[in-house]
Amino acid sequence: MMPARPPSTSPPPQPAGRPALHADVTVVRGETRISAEFEVVPGHPLAIIGPNGAGKSSLLAAIAGLVPLESGRVAVGGRVLHRGVPPERRRIGVVFQDYVLFPNLTVRDNVAFATRMRHSRANARAAAEPWLERYGLVALADRLPAELSGGQAQRVALARALAAEPEVLLLDEPMSALDVEVRADMRAELATHVREFGGATVLVTHSPADAAALADSVLVLESGRVTQRGTLDELRAAPATPYVERMLSGSAE
Amino acid sequence: MAAPTTRVSGRLAWPVIALAGLGLALLVLPLAGLVVRAPWAELPELLARRSVLEALVLSFGTALASTAVCLVLGVPLAAVLARAADWPTVPRRLLRAAVTVPLVLPPVVGGIALLLLLGRRGLIGSVLDDWFGVTVPFSTGAVVLAQVFVALPFLVFAVEGALRSTDRRTELAAATLGASRWQVFRFVTLPLVAPGVAAGAVLCFSRALGEFGATITFAGSLPGVTRTLPIASYLAMQSDPDEAIALALLLLAVSIGVLLGLRDRWLPGVRG
Repeated sequence: MMPARPPSTSPPPQPAGRPALHADVTVVRGETRISAEFEVVPGHPLAIIGPNGAGKSSLLAAIAGLVPLESGRVAVGGRVLHRGVPPERRRIGVVFQDYVLFPNLTVRDNVAFATRMRHSRANARAAAEPWLERYGLVALADRLPAELSGGQAQRVALARALAAEPEVLLLDEPMSALDVEVRADMRAELATHVREFGGATVLVTHSPADAAALADSVLVLESGRVTQRGTLDELRAAPATPYVERMLSGSAE
Repeated sequence: MAAPTTRVSGRLAWPVIALAGLGLALLVLPLAGLVVRAPWAELPELLARRSVLEALVLSFGTALASTAVCLVLGVPLAAVLARAADWPTVPRRLLRAAVTVPLVLPPVVGGIALLLLLGRRGLIGSVLDDWFGVTVPFSTGAVVLAQVFVALPFLVFAVEGALRSTDRRTELAAATLGASRWQVFRFVTLPLVAPGVAAGAVLCFSRALGEFGATITFAGSLPGVTRTLPIASYLAMQSDPDEAIALALLLLAVSIGVLLGLRDRWLPGVRG
């Protein structure tokens, strides 16, 4: 079922006991009904790709519990996340489009936020240190988000989400807020971090380059419907819709 | 509301300038007159009088208390009002109207309404009197209630404005990081609107400090109990104008202080 990774890359680590994400969801946003069913296993990130307005972000929001499901279900391992399970009890981390850092908190306090919600402030600051180190944020720890570059803000957003020790990671257009010149570098860096995280990961993007660097397989969403799924190579071999063809040739949007 | 950076361009017609000058004179000249005519030499003696000090202590105490009450009740009310944007039209407009009424209502009407609710024969007042032997009107508590009634909208609208300009996704991000609804409010929403809360509290305090109509109607004018600075000033005007002027100067000084205090807070989100 899961496609093999290209031979040039090392096999991803598969930490024992990391749960898979299973989503079979329908959400309604405005006039659009968005439906998709997929399973993501740890170490094999999935990219949801599609044109603007296809409902990609709504799908992520539904999995995170931020918008209600019209129908369907979300399960993480054996845990079924019913409608009533609020986002704070899902253990699903989200890196939002343009990151949505807490503007009034320093980098350190942003990263410490999840721990602070569970423990004391002093504990949280201490617990944030290893995350700051791992993401190269020690020198920036006392800065406010407004004083960060796009790439730095992305690192903070990722560290903040992973410091909550989620079982699943959702990335919503993580590259769209970055300047074009730094995208390639940040893409490679993000790919490393996603591999290190090792849990089930879903990425929303409209760029095949993001999908190629960060994900093993692709699910194409158009106007709320899944129109194709597979590896990028499989999509290239037999694009199912005109959008897929244009997207792969780099002329979409 | 116009953007603060709107530039005045071109020349204005002379009648506009003349009328504007007249309007400005109407605002400034009375205050200038107050300052010029003030009995500066006797001021220390006037301000040290027992009746003045009593009114001063009472006014600051009650205004601080009513500001505290407004903060406790007004911030949650502002949160509901900001969220009411998603409500159906009728309840949304009713809620907004209810909060706006004290802004446009003559304060005396508020005082009469409070008396009808909490007076000895009032809807709730009779119950309080019969069951608990508690009489609200003509007490210091009544002063605070009257001030809360007129000042609450100032706080609510200041905080609501700040809430509306925050990015709701920040709250969603906090939820995905494990924050409960209360924690989101306490650790994310409240710090983000802190400048709005501070500005609202200062406005609320100055409105409470100046309260006259609702207070004298609902709480009366008992020296040391309900006779606040504005009431003391009004009464002194009939018997001892110099004391009235001294009290008025005091209130003017506080207002100027409030104005200076607010100057930096009208720009929420700007640090330093």
